[in-house]
Amino acid sequence: MNKKSQIKRKIKKSIPFYLMSLPAVVYLFINNYLPMFGLVIAFKKIDYSLGILKSPWNGLNNFSYLFKTRDAWLIVRNTVGYNIIFITVGLIVSVTVAILLSEITQKFLQQTYQTCILIPYLLSIVMVSYLVFAFLGTESGILNKFRESIGLNKISWYSTPKYWPFILVLVNTWKGFGYTSIVYFATIMGIDKSLYEAAAVDGATGWKQIRHITLPCLKPTIITLSLLAIGGMFHSDFGLFYQVPMNSGLLQDVTNTIDTYVYRGLVELFDPGRSSAAGFLQSILGFIMVLSANALTRRLEKDLALF
Amino acid sequence: MVSNNKAAKVIMNLVLILLSAMCVIPLLILLMSSITEEKTLIQYGYGLIPRKISFDAYTYIFRSGNTVLHSYLMTIIVTSVGTVTNLVITVMFAYALSRKQMWGRNVLAFYLFFTMIFNGGLVPTYIMWTQTFHIRDTIWALIVPGLLLSPFNVILTRTFITTNVPEEIIESARIDGAHEMKTLLFVVVPLSKPIIATIGLMSGLAYWNNWTNGLYYLVRRTDLFTIQTVLNTMLKNAEFLKSEAAQTGIVLEMEVPSSGIRMAIACVALIPILIIYPFIQKAFVRGIVIGGVKG
Repeated sequence: MNKKSQIKRKIKKSIPFYLMSLPAVVYLFINNYLPMFGLVIAFKKIDYSLGILKSPWNGLNNFSYLFKTRDAWLIVRNTVGYNIIFITVGLIVSVTVAILLSEITQKFLQQTYQTCILIPYLLSIVMVSYLVFAFLGTESGILNKFRESIGLNKISWYSTPKYWPFILVLVNTWKGFGYTSIVYFATIMGIDKSLYEAAAVDGATGWKQIRHITLPCLKPTIITLSLLAIGGMFHSDFGLFYQVPMNSGLLQDVTNTIDTYVYRGLVELFDPGRSSAAGFLQSILGFIMVLSANALTRRLEKDLALF
Repeated sequence: MVSNNKAAKVIMNLVLILLSAMCVIPLLILLMSSITEEKTLIQYGYGLIPRKISFDAYTYIFRSGNTVLHSYLMTIIVTSVGTVTNLVITVMFAYALSRKQMWGRNVLAFYLFFTMIFNGGLVPTYIMWTQTFHIRDTIWALIVPGLLLSPFNVILTRTFITTNVPEEIIESARIDGAHEMKTLLFVVVPLSKPIIATIGLMSGLAYWNNWTNGLYYLVRRTDLFTIQTVLNTMLKNAEFLKSEAAQTGIVLEMEVPSSGIRMAIACVALIPILIIYPFIQKAFVRGIVIGGVKG
């Protein structure tokens, strides 16, 4: 039998599987691949009535328009800056909590703590912004009521930018640490217990065991999660930066990220040119970031690289 | 167990109790505010213990013909239709990807994987859905964009099938003459119940919590609003009215709609999640273990 007919036979045998894949393949093509091709819109003058394909070419005008404003620098700084802080704080908090959890010997308590810390992860960001508002609302917010009761002035939180870097880091960590802690905790639970026993026999206790057994065993998980996070360096949680600060214009210096900027330009300000340029840069830089993070992992720990 | 020191144990428990409290108390405040009488809420602010209990907010919500009730129904419809469709597409694709005899399997796997590392972003996506597919102000806007298939869940399911469904069972079904769809339905699916539950809950949660599709694509059809979109709009309107009032110097006597009602709506949106929470927790942990994080 020649090679061609062999392939033909293989394809014929695979037809049922192709049919099963079809809905997913079509959906991914529309939902994911078409927008990738649509990125060319960044080099066009967007005319909604003509659509993406027929809008006239515009060269680099959208980009020069974007970089003429000081927004370009601001949104990149905010997006990347917050991500760096989020990744660092998140890592420290989650690993610490995971180690603490693993130290709790009573199964019931361990379970209860886990149940509690995972709850914020399940809330939509809209609900999170309701909770934040309950604390920060100017008139009836908990913090201002408290300040009033001890004789301090009310603070108008939603119009004072200097507090927001802290608030956003706090909210983001609060929402996410439960999930990542449990990921790390699952890894710790998988560590061979005899390692600790052997270490104890050798006289290594407490910190020494954590430093020389727990942390090295966590290293692969830490690298993988950080790789994923670094790959998302140019992306931000739209809801966190748009919804939680209540879309307050006064806060935009510290809350405007690429995602909120793109949304505002596209939907609220009817100025899609700059948005498309910013979105294009986000997609390309994000892709480069994923590739470099992966290459870095490859050098550090070959098995952990995603591809 | 690294430490046997009693004092250390106490401190560790205290830290964890504090963190747990930080996660739970805001929700309790939400719940308590929703059953606090409006006037006391404005006077004393939000708190853990309601000074004067009132269920007015809930009677308001559950009055017939109310938009909140309607949006709740929309959320339920969108979540169930979306999740079921998602599950069907995901499981079929994952099963196909797990079959070594499928010619071109690696190409399809890469086709899936590439969507995880590169994307077109909001601008082309938004223009495509609104200009090409005219999805604006239809119910499809809530179901289709972004949520119908999660590449990560496909990979999770495929991994589960390759590691937990024995090849011999699938082979023997084939020898008995079952065609692939039948094998999937009657052999693979029953053996994959844990992972199907996991991705079903994840997808259900994603639909339930989604508010961006409503924000992007629902402009005029307020009757299609889901509970999250209603919450979102209410927060916006309340802020808008307040800033208007501040600019024009008028003092609003009450936030519109009242904060108690808003909190009650948020609670109503939250309750189903809390009810199935034990399952969600199990499902998440299972997902973590199966994915080995890496997926």
